Amino acid sequence: MKVLVPVKRVVDYNVKIRVKSDQTGVDLANVKMSMNPFDEIAIEEAVRLKEAGKATEVVAVSIGVAQSTETIRTALAMGADRGILVKSDETVEPLNVAKILKGIVEAEKPDLVILGKQAIDDDSNQTGQMLAALLGWAQGTFASKIEFDGDKILLTREIDGGLQTLKLNMPTIVTADLRLNEPRYASLPNIMKAKKKPIDEKTPADYGVDVKARLEVLKVTEPPQRQAGIKVESVEQLVSKLKEAGVIG
Amino acid sequence: MTYRAPVRDMAFVLQEVAGLGSLAGKGDFAELTPDLIEAVLEEGAKLAGDVLAPLNKSGDHEGARLEADGVKTAKGFREAYARWVDGGWGSLAASPEFGGQGLPLALSTAMQEMWNAANMGFGLCPILSQGTVEALTAHGTEEQKRLYLPKLVSGEWTGTMNLTEPQAGSDLNALKAKAVPQGDGTYLITGTKIFITYGDHDMAENIVHLVLARLPDAPAGTKGISLFLVPKFLVHADGSLGARNDAKCVGLEEKLGIHGSPTCVMSYGDNGGAIGTLIGQENKGLACMFTMMNNARLLVGTQGVAVAERAYQHALAYATERKQGRSIGLTLAPGEMEPIVVHPDVRRMLFTMKSLTEASRSICYANAVAIDRAHHGATPAERAEGQARADLLTPIAKSFSTDIGCEVASIGVQIHGGMGFIEETGAAQYYRDARILPIYEGTNGIQAIDLVTRKLPLGNGAVVKGFIAEMRETAAKARGANHECLALIGAALDQGLDTLDKATDWMLARLKSATDDCLAGASPYLRLFGTVAGGHFLALGALVAAKAEGDAFLAARLATARFYAVQQLPLAEGLLAPATAGAETLYALDAEGLGA
Repeated sequence: MKVLVPVKRVVDYNVKIRVKSDQTGVDLANVKMSMNPFDEIAIEEAVRLKEAGKATEVVAVSIGVAQSTETIRTALAMGADRGILVKSDETVEPLNVAKILKGIVEAEKPDLVILGKQAIDDDSNQTGQMLAALLGWAQGTFASKIEFDGDKILLTREIDGGLQTLKLNMPTIVTADLRLNEPRYASLPNIMKAKKKPIDEKTPADYGVDVKARLEVLKVTEPPQRQAGIKVESVEQLVSKLKEAGVIG
Repeated sequence: MTYRAPVRDMAFVLQEVAGLGSLAGKGDFAELTPDLIEAVLEEGAKLAGDVLAPLNKSGDHEGARLEADGVKTAKGFREAYARWVDGGWGSLAASPEFGGQGLPLALSTAMQEMWNAANMGFGLCPILSQGTVEALTAHGTEEQKRLYLPKLVSGEWTGTMNLTEPQAGSDLNALKAKAVPQGDGTYLITGTKIFITYGDHDMAENIVHLVLARLPDAPAGTKGISLFLVPKFLVHADGSLGARNDAKCVGLEEKLGIHGSPTCVMSYGDNGGAIGTLIGQENKGLACMFTMMNNARLLVGTQGVAVAERAYQHALAYATERKQGRSIGLTLAPGEMEPIVVHPDVRRMLFTMKSLTEASRSICYANAVAIDRAHHGATPAERAEGQARADLLTPIAKSFSTDIGCEVASIGVQIHGGMGFIEETGAAQYYRDARILPIYEGTNGIQAIDLVTRKLPLGNGAVVKGFIAEMRETAAKARGANHECLALIGAALDQGLDTLDKATDWMLARLKSATDDCLAGASPYLRLFGTVAGGHFLALGALVAAKAEGDAFLAARLATARFYAVQQLPLAEGLLAPATAGAETLYALDAEGLGA
C-alpha cells in the first residue's frame, strides 16, 4: 500500500501572528515557519502504517514556495520515503491545491491519502473533501483512529456528542484530527538520512493547473482587544448584565 | 516558565560569528549545510523544551537518592533519558566508525547548551559521556574502543570521570587510589573518589568510569598517575554484560544546586578490588584525562551560557507580566500600572543579561569551532592555528562564561524582586545551579593561571597577539562601515583592545621575572580578556546584522552589541589597574594578619 501525505508550510504555532499594516494579510517576513501540526499527525500515521508493515511507501508532497523543501525534509526525517515539491510563489487556494493533488494521485497511484484536517494558517478545512470529490473517492474526515478490516478502512471520527465509525472502501481520502496520534520527534540519524532522500520538483503547470486566485480577500484585521471584565455581586446582576450586552433575550 | 531554545541565535552565532561557515559544506563536513544545522537545532529544541525542561523544577525539588540497590534519579529522568537516547543525540559529534554522526563539536556544543538550559541536573550526564567518548577515542586500545565506544556513543551506557579524592582536589599530587596489575592485562583498583557526577544512576544499563590511580611502583606526584577504565558491570569479549564490578556509590552529597544530578562518593575495591584496564600508557594518565578535561572545560563554560539563557528567558517573561509603577510622565487611571519592563533600571538589567549571555555564547561556540578546525582543518597550518586558538580560548570560555552564568542568574533573581527569593518562582534555582560552574572542572582561579602562565606564552606571545590583531580588524571594519551604530561599536572595541594590549604586554614582560605579580592579576586579566573578546564577537554579529533591514532578530543583534559597547566594554578599562597591580598588596598581611 502506498500512502501520499500532503504537508503545508505554515507560520509556526508558537509565533504571535502580526497582520500587515495595509490589511492585505499576515506578515510572513522573517517569521519562523514549520509544518502544519495536523500534517505532522498525518505523516506520523503514515509512518506508523509503514512500521506496522501495512504501508510500503510514504510520499510527502508540499505545494508552495521553494522553502517548502524544508517542510518536506521534516517529513522525510520523521520517516517518509521521498518527497514531491510543487513549486509556486503564488498563494494556492484549496481548490487549486486539490486539483494539483488530483494530478499527483493520478501519477503516483496511492491507495491512501492522509491529509491534515486543516492548516492552521487559513483554517480552510476544504482540501481533503475537495480532493475526494475530484477523484470520486471515499472520504473519512476528522479521523481519531484508523484501523483496517480486510481491504476496508475502519475510521473513527469525532463528531458532536460522540464518536462515529465509518467503514470505507479503498482507495480513500483521510483527514487527520488532533487525537489521531502524537507525532514523534525526528531522531538525529533520521535527520541525517533525510538529506539523502529524493525530492522531485514539479510545477502546477505539470498537472495542468492554473493557480490563479478565485477568492478575493477584502481585508485582514487583528481580533478586537479583549476588554477588562467586571465582578458581579449576584446571579440577578449577571443576568441583567448579559441582557444589557444583548447576549441573552 | 518553560524554555525555548534560541535556535535562530544559535544558528547565527555558529555560522556568522564563530566561523562554522568556513568548515561547512566541504572536507569532513561536506554534508553540513545551513538547513541541516537548523533542522538539527530545531528538532533538539523540541526535546529540550517539551521533555527536559518540564523536569527541571521537579528534579531540583526531588533530587537523586541513594537506595540499597543504587542511585535513583528523580521522577521522569529515566524516561527522558530514554527519549534522548532514542533521538540519537549522543552520537552527534562522535566518529562514524563507532556509530557517530561525525558532525562538528561546535554543533554538539549548541546542543549541550540546550540540554543544560532545559535541565542542568540532567544535562550533566551527556557532558560526562561525551568526555568519556573523547578520551577513549584518543587514548583507548582497539579492544576498549570496540567494546565500549558504540554503547557510549549511542548513550546506552554513560561515562564518568574520577579524579578527586578527599585530600586531592585541585592538586592531584596527593592522589592515593591504587591499581595493581593482575598479570592478565587487568588491574585491581582500590580507593575512594568523591564528587563523581552521575557515578551511579538508573538511567542506563552500564556506567563506564574513567579512574585515575597509581601503580605500585609509580613515581610520586602527578608523573605517577595512570588512567583506568572501570565499568560498573564487567563486559565480556562479545559485548554482553557480566558480573557487577566492585565499584559502588556509597554516598550522595547534599548540595547547593544541581539536585537532579547525583554527586557520588565512589568506593572502589571494598570487596577485593574493582577490575579495570589501562587507558594509554602507564604513568601518563593525567595527559589522557586532560584530553577529556579540555573539552569538558568548554562544556562547563557552555553550561554557564545555558543557565544564563534560561534565567534571562524567565526574567524577561516576568518583567513583561509583572505590573508595578508606570513610565515617567505617563498618566494612568487610579490603580492601573505598567509592566516593570518599562523602567530604565529593569531595562538595564535585562539588556545586561542578554548581552552577556550572547557574548559568552559566542566565545564558547568560537572555542568549539577552533577545536573543530584543529581536528578537521584542510591544511596542517589551519589545524595548528585552530589548536592554538582553542588553547587560548578554553580558559576564557570556561571562566568568563561561568562567572556570567552566576551573575546573570543573580540579576534574574533581582528582576523578580522579593518573589525571586522565593523558590516557587523558579528564578532562585538557576542561581543555585549556576554556583557550581566557577568551581568544578578546574576552578576559575586555576583557569586564570592557565591563561596567563601557559596560554599567553604560546608561540612566544604570537597566539594571543594574533587573536588581538584579528579583533583589531573587526573594530576597523565596524568603524569603516559608514554606519553610526557600527562606528560606535568599533570605537568602543578599539578602546577595549588598547586596554587588553597594555595588560597583555605587562603580563608577557613579567611572566618569567615576576610570576607572582602575574598570578595576582590573573583573574582580573581573564575577565578583561573575556569582556573584550565578547565585544569582538558581538561586533562581528552586528556587522552581519547591519546589512539587513526589517528583521527584528537582526535588529536585536545590533542593539545588543551597541548596549554591550556602551555598558560593558568600558568596564575592561577598570580592570587594567587590578590586573597589573602586582602581588605586593595581596601580601600586605600575613595569614594571621588577615584575621586581625
